[in-house]
Amino acid sequence: MSTETLKFECETGNYHTFCPISCVSWLYQKISDSFFLVIGTKTCGYFLQNALGVMIFAEPRYAMAELEEGDISAQLHDFDELKRLCLQIQQDRNPSVIVWIGTCTTEIIKMDLEGMAPKIEELINRPILVARANGLDYAFTQGEDTVLAAMAHRCPESIPSTRPQLVLFGSLPNTVAQQLTRELQNQGIQVTGWLPEARYEELPSLGSGVFVCGVNPFLSRTATTLMRRRKCQLIGAPFPIGPDGTRAWIEKICQVFNVTPKNLDQREAQIWENLSDYLTLVQSKSVFFMGDNLLEISLARFLIRCGMIVYEIGIPYMDKRFQASELQLLEKTCRQMQVPMPRIVEKPDNSNQIQRIRALQPDLVITGLAHSNPLEARGITTKWSVEFTFAQIHGFTNARDILELVTRPLRRNSHLKDLGWSTLVTDGESQKTL
Amino acid sequence: MKLAYWMYAGPAHIGTLRVASSFKNVHAIMHAPLGDDYFNVMRSMLERERDFTPVTASIVDRHVLARGSQEKVVENITRKDQQEKPDLILLTPTCTSSILQEDLQNFVERALRTTNSHVLLADVNHYRVNEFQAADRTLEQIVAFYLQKASIQEGQIQKTEQPSVNILGIFTLGFHHQHDCREIYRLLKDLGIQINLIIPEGCLVTNLRKIPEAWLNIVPYREIGLMAAQYLEKHYNMPYVATTPMGLVETASWIRQICTIIENQTQKSCQQNYEKYIDQQTRFVSQAAWFSRSIDCQNLTGKKALVFGDATHAAAMTKILVREMGINVCCAGTYCQNDADWFREQVQGFCDEVLITEDHTQVGNRIAEIEPAAIFGTQMERHVGKRLDIPCGVISAPIHIQNFPLSYRPFLGYEGTNQIADLVYNSFTLGMEDHLLEIFGGHDVKTVITKNLSTEENLLWNSGAQMELQKIPGFVRNRIKRNTEKYARSKQIKEITVEVMYAAKEALSS
Repeated sequence: MSTETLKFECETGNYHTFCPISCVSWLYQKISDSFFLVIGTKTCGYFLQNALGVMIFAEPRYAMAELEEGDISAQLHDFDELKRLCLQIQQDRNPSVIVWIGTCTTEIIKMDLEGMAPKIEELINRPILVARANGLDYAFTQGEDTVLAAMAHRCPESIPSTRPQLVLFGSLPNTVAQQLTRELQNQGIQVTGWLPEARYEELPSLGSGVFVCGVNPFLSRTATTLMRRRKCQLIGAPFPIGPDGTRAWIEKICQVFNVTPKNLDQREAQIWENLSDYLTLVQSKSVFFMGDNLLEISLARFLIRCGMIVYEIGIPYMDKRFQASELQLLEKTCRQMQVPMPRIVEKPDNSNQIQRIRALQPDLVITGLAHSNPLEARGITTKWSVEFTFAQIHGFTNARDILELVTRPLRRNSHLKDLGWSTLVTDGESQKTL
Repeated sequence: MKLAYWMYAGPAHIGTLRVASSFKNVHAIMHAPLGDDYFNVMRSMLERERDFTPVTASIVDRHVLARGSQEKVVENITRKDQQEKPDLILLTPTCTSSILQEDLQNFVERALRTTNSHVLLADVNHYRVNEFQAADRTLEQIVAFYLQKASIQEGQIQKTEQPSVNILGIFTLGFHHQHDCREIYRLLKDLGIQINLIIPEGCLVTNLRKIPEAWLNIVPYREIGLMAAQYLEKHYNMPYVATTPMGLVETASWIRQICTIIENQTQKSCQQNYEKYIDQQTRFVSQAAWFSRSIDCQNLTGKKALVFGDATHAAAMTKILVREMGINVCCAGTYCQNDADWFREQVQGFCDEVLITEDHTQVGNRIAEIEPAAIFGTQMERHVGKRLDIPCGVISAPIHIQNFPLSYRPFLGYEGTNQIADLVYNSFTLGMEDHLLEIFGGHDVKTVITKNLSTEENLLWNSGAQMELQKIPGFVRNRIKRNTEKYARSKQIKEITVEVMYAAKEALSS
């Protein structure tokens, strides 16, 4: 078993995930003085309105610039149109920054958003960022990556200083960001800033002396931009998801800053101790990740450490360089827990996956909403994957929340299991598709 | 370009997909970028569908953009053909694919050489039609395709022995469609009329050749089904009834229209039986007629209401409120702009003002100006109502999961009139109650002494912790406060800091 290594595969890419423009929903909440303008069609608008549910009624700081036939056929001048809309936004909402989200349509009609933004920016006297978060190139959470990569260019230049500077990147709820900041503070490491901060005007300064470290696995473009364009030094670490991940993340940062970590063993052990009631529930249970949000490697690694067996890790896109430390930790964890290495399937094919789920009959399938109900009807327990993106899952403090999510369907279904109706489709139907 | 926050009707491909996934054993393949298959989520969540939604995407990615789809679409079609063995595969263009201008028809023809399924390209222009229009057109397209395939000659058509009808336009993700369908079925059974086919919900495309065997077609909702009915009238000489049997008056008129058509074909009079049935149902079986006559409903007289929704439901609701309940509809409106003339004609004389718009802010502003006592609208109007403290009954799509009730809730037929009466009455009384409470100063004017679990004299929240507490959403804040204090007391901590809060969360075992 010790010689075994991780296996990578790549399938057809016919899988279900959210469109990357969905990043608007959490980013507009995080960056409180921003306004997000999605330049796309009715399809984009319909997705946002339905996926974000009630939020739309709270006067959100985002809107669609809905392209009409005249825009597509270039009868209307897109520069004038965007200028008009941005002036209106400036007047109605007065944001500190307007973020344009480019979509599939703007890609196909080759609308020069990057070219127009600086000109309109000058006219309305307000920064305009351009992020191409489209479904042609990216999946779900990668949308945030494109926005943060664009934002990295706008961070002020840092002043050289003798003290090492550390900027963390990745959008987290303010509370969670503060928890991680304090965790490092306890080790005597000062976080100089976050990309993004709660306000656009507070973006951290970047430059050649600055160390950067990511908190989410889907931020590879941002990492590249920080290294290549802003000359920052990237700390490659596993991600602070689960107590094992958080510990490894802190250790790696401490190592770079030449600090010997204090009390980390105890801290981690204490958290595991607090999880014990949940751990007995997940012990030796099997999991199948269908893959749709790029958190899969880190979550799988944590769940294996919790005693679960992971059959397959589906993932939309696998950046082996950015996730190198995380992949190493996954391998190490598998050896330590003496379980077989899971197969990692990039660009999965949902239809094939369902065949494999049928053969493997895992105890838990982590999947999108399109497949959850049909799988449950066939007696397969599922957890809705998108919840992991919206729940607080980072750091020591929130480890319990991950297991709360993972065990919820297990707890619910064990309540119902003796009723005798866990399969809720007729035999013919269940045979045909599962 | 248009600045938009919200829309009433979805994009065209949603309509096409609704038709495809309503039929049995039909598979839709969207030519779309990653993430455009959100339809599957809606169907699986809102309808709580047990089966996998028969919709997949042939992904348009960067490579397709550079080189065209080439073999990809054809391969995806052939693969689905082998895996699922559907009767029909419907290739569905999206807004993205329609500007790529690939020759999708050519893909269909190439795929046809190797597939056992039939393959069709949905004929829908993304930038000109909305969800409803696209669904209407796709349904007509499929019906026409299968009838032409069957190549039935004039004179060959064998009508059913007993009078029978086709119901056109029962759909997945439709507003109370399943319940309405059951109610219509019950009603027709009472009248001795058989149902030949329900299209498209649960129907096999291979059965579509039986359409002409019915005596007439019924189109319960104007938005979807009318085109197919008109096609069938033109080519197969089938009469249709496009009245919506919603409310007592309209249901009666709907029955009479069906009666007339059947009489024309049998040359026998059945009017007397039907009239007896209508009278019996109206006065004694349905409770709505009696209910609006009862003294309780006197209070509703002249109350102001605003109605907004799709053309079918908004028009029917306006007429019910005015004609059957004596309520004053100040403003009736629809977002079905393409059907504006019909709508105006329907509600003429029933309301003070007609509002035709797709802009929800306009509707919201009108509500704020009029300040009706109740709103009957879509989910959007319900939220406007919440903000303005005006009760709202939801009568039309767009809708949320709560509008897919498990219990029997038709809007059509005689049971539908009961449901609507409840809906109207409950909306208004709730409004009244609120109003009275306000006049008399709330439920209880005495200061409520709550048993507070925190003994605040010995626990001090420092300013950082207080700020952190404020960040926590209101509905869980108290619980977190209590848990933190419980933890602090157990650890004999006097001052609560942010660290203590986090430690409490970490230590907390449910």
